[in-house]
Amino acid sequence: MAEAQNIPSGSTTTGSIAVAAESTVATRMSAPPSYDVADFPVPHGREEEWRFTPLARLKGLHDGSAAAGGPDLKIDISAPEGVTHELVDRADPRVGKAGKPVDRVAAQAYSTFEKASVVTVPKETVLTEPIRIAVHGEGGTAFGHQVIELGAFAEAVVVIDHTGDAVLAANVDYLLGDGAKLTVVSVQDWDKTAVHTGQHNALVGRDATFKSVVVTFGGDLVRLHPRVTYAGPGGEAEFYGLYFTEQGQHHEHRLFVDHEAANCRSNVVYKGALQGEDAHAVWIGDVLIQASATGTDTYELNRNLVLTDGARVDSVPNLEIETGEIVGAGHASATGRFDDEQLFYLMARGIPADEARRLVVRGFFAELVQQIGLPDVEERLMSKIEAELEASSV
Amino acid sequence: MATLEIHDLHVSVEAENGPREILKGVDLTVKQGETHAIMGPNGSGKSTLAYSLAGHPKYTITGGTVTLDGEDVLEMSVDERARAGVFLAMQYPVEVPGVSVSNFLRTSATAIRGEAPKLRLWVKEVKEAMERLQMDPSFAERNVNEGFSGGEKKRHEILQLELLKPAIAILDETDSGLDVDALRTVSEGVNRVRETGQVGTLLITHYTRILRYIKPDQVHVFANGRIAESGGAELADKLEAEGYEAYTKGGATA
Repeated sequence: MAEAQNIPSGSTTTGSIAVAAESTVATRMSAPPSYDVADFPVPHGREEEWRFTPLARLKGLHDGSAAAGGPDLKIDISAPEGVTHELVDRADPRVGKAGKPVDRVAAQAYSTFEKASVVTVPKETVLTEPIRIAVHGEGGTAFGHQVIELGAFAEAVVVIDHTGDAVLAANVDYLLGDGAKLTVVSVQDWDKTAVHTGQHNALVGRDATFKSVVVTFGGDLVRLHPRVTYAGPGGEAEFYGLYFTEQGQHHEHRLFVDHEAANCRSNVVYKGALQGEDAHAVWIGDVLIQASATGTDTYELNRNLVLTDGARVDSVPNLEIETGEIVGAGHASATGRFDDEQLFYLMARGIPADEARRLVVRGFFAELVQQIGLPDVEERLMSKIEAELEASSV
Repeated sequence: MATLEIHDLHVSVEAENGPREILKGVDLTVKQGETHAIMGPNGSGKSTLAYSLAGHPKYTITGGTVTLDGEDVLEMSVDERARAGVFLAMQYPVEVPGVSVSNFLRTSATAIRGEAPKLRLWVKEVKEAMERLQMDPSFAERNVNEGFSGGEKKRHEILQLELLKPAIAILDETDSGLDVDALRTVSEGVNRVRETGQVGTLLITHYTRILRYIKPDQVHVFANGRIAESGGAELADKLEAEGYEAYTKGGATA
């Protein structure tokens, strides 16, 4: 099921479908999930979950040397009527409910934040306007925790924007009550110097629908863990991701879909374009179908478009299946190259070189953006991509 | 009237042991309204001529001139040549993932015509051209050449020929890999463009089969990097009967 085509030098695409194999999601972790940073050894870089990440560029988030300080992170939350927002302590039962930290940096964030922010959409409340969370850094170091909770049958769209410069380790929990529908768009539009790590945990209630859209353009290093577990049967989770990784940037997205409940669906589509020397994108797609998860239907896809020499992609889809009684399970990963022949073909039809490159990148992302299903978000993303294309040397 | 003049064209490619000369002095003049067939055995340099005229970076011009109405084609970039009116229908059209046929055609037509075609007229124009080439409308939404069959790729090339209306069309083995029905459809497309009298056609082929559908004014036998013999349509009949053997065994007529 794994396919790979036109793999440029300097990229790897490996995949596996493990059935009771020795290497599993659990065995690949260097420590079991924990809220306490002390339970994780300081990574040295050769661990499976750290081997792609340039630890030196984490600004001390991984070894305890990073301390909160500098100019405060500005967090501006605007929400329609009916939505509540509060700051709570770590002891609040909603905090950390969606999942435990799975690596030292996530645990560091959990162990260090002062107050968690909780945004609640009451049950059966259907929002017609999105909740907007603007996170803006001015060079400081910060640790945070955000909870978005939707009561049963509530429906909401949340847009989280990250801009400016910061060293930020922050986790986000999404709690979806039964039948709730949540779409979250997280845009990492940082300055080129920012460092951002985070674990995004979704706990999807019975028959609830979760859609995550992760868009990463900026930052020096961005490393996110979008994850989902299902609290009951009939849940659905979609993960869409888009990254545009330029010279010197490190963008890492590590997904985990944990199918334990029966009759749930998941679909992962991540696409990235890379250009420039030492642009590095990492995509890890772990899907676990536990023995109890009969009737599961899952698919994950990662595609990368390498526009120039010197960029590197590591793409690792991994599917573990512990029951055969499923509807479907598949994965695909491919890294293609915008090559001289494609450029020649388009130019031979009168299209100038820079426009040809833009045409290809725009088309590559449009396929993904069109699947999001929210016209205003789609429009915003496409114009953001246009702006990136204009600003870049493409 | 548009005229493509090729004079003493020499072209090399980079090979393992240094540059290797493929074209060794090609002379050819193609005028608007004319159809020239270039026939020759594999490896004679036919496709090199096609790609060199379009400006493929793999080929290095080491001597000679190519002009279109007196303008130096060799000085132009690939896209400038296309906008000047040179069209190459490729033997192996390239897949461009993520770019739909309709988007590609419109972008190309906009570049060639110098302004975006009016949307409603354009949709009609494309639809009708596709119908004539017996292409399903769903074709427009597929990615350029991605997953196309051999016949679909060639139809798509000829669709572009019809829409872009070049002054000089170079058809590089458009007939190869086509069954008889597809060959007829594609040939009819080429003939529609030729019948306008607005295009000079350089038909590059290995086989005489396509010449039953597209009647050339002149036939040139290509061997060893140059034109070895030129004649009328009757030369094709001779090749059909005798093959290329006379040209590939050393001397030929050159």
